[in-house]
Amino acid sequence: MQRSLDRLSRVRGVTGSMFVAADDGLGVAQLLMEGVNGKVLAAFAASLARKVSGAAAATGAGKVRFIQMQAAGGILLVCAGGELLVTVVADAGVNVGLARLEMMRAVEALAQP
Amino acid sequence: MTTTTVVEGWTELPLARFIQQSSARLVVIMTPAGQVLAQHGFTRAVDLMSAAALGAAIMASSGALAQQVGEAGFAALYHAGQRHGIHLAGTETPRGKLIVLTVFGKETSIGLVQVFFDEFVVALRKAAPVDEPRKVILAADFENELNSSLASLFRR
Repeated sequence: MQRSLDRLSRVRGVTGSMFVAADDGLGVAQLLMEGVNGKVLAAFAASLARKVSGAAAATGAGKVRFIQMQAAGGILLVCAGGELLVTVVADAGVNVGLARLEMMRAVEALAQP
Repeated sequence: MTTTTVVEGWTELPLARFIQQSSARLVVIMTPAGQVLAQHGFTRAVDLMSAAALGAAIMASSGALAQQVGEAGFAALYHAGQRHGIHLAGTETPRGKLIVLTVFGKETSIGLVQVFFDEFVVALRKAAPVDEPRKVILAADFENELNSSLASLFRR
């Protein structure tokens, strides 16, 4: 997990990355810049994932794999990996494709024994 | 229809906000003795009084356990169930120590409850009247106080 977080933190613009327990909304592992509240990030990322998954199920869109929420001050990215979510907060100028790639890698690494 | 009722008015706004934000199903604000100051979600007095008594007892026993292992006390307890989670925590306010019992379902999470509980505690401390210490309830007055609280909470 720490290796995945290290790789994510090297993506320019990423200000924090976390593994979050999807059901509980609690952080499992994190690498956050000063000023990023991990407790709040974990709780809201899990809540967002749950709500988006509910909306996807209701509309027949299937399983949600990746969520991108763009706001005025930055971007929240959430990648579903079973019981854990990979969550990233980043500046508005972040390369989302690169961040997404690293998040997918982190999810794959979770699945490996 | 779920209702929120309070015995002490200053708890009402912080409680309403906490319920709205956390999506908690049941909330009880009580003293360490189990005296209820406010509640949300209970429809029967007997259920409320049982929950308050059990919550206060859990806090008392876990506090005693904490002392045995050299801790001043446990800040919060969390029990995860299949359908519900229970969050039980104490906080100091200008009106003395209070215990908050929160029961929540799958529509929210312990992470969210914890985040909003922290804000709730700050709001409670701000709202608590500082110049009005809680009166000590004597054993002889206990039944009257209990009946009076129940009447306030369930508008009897």
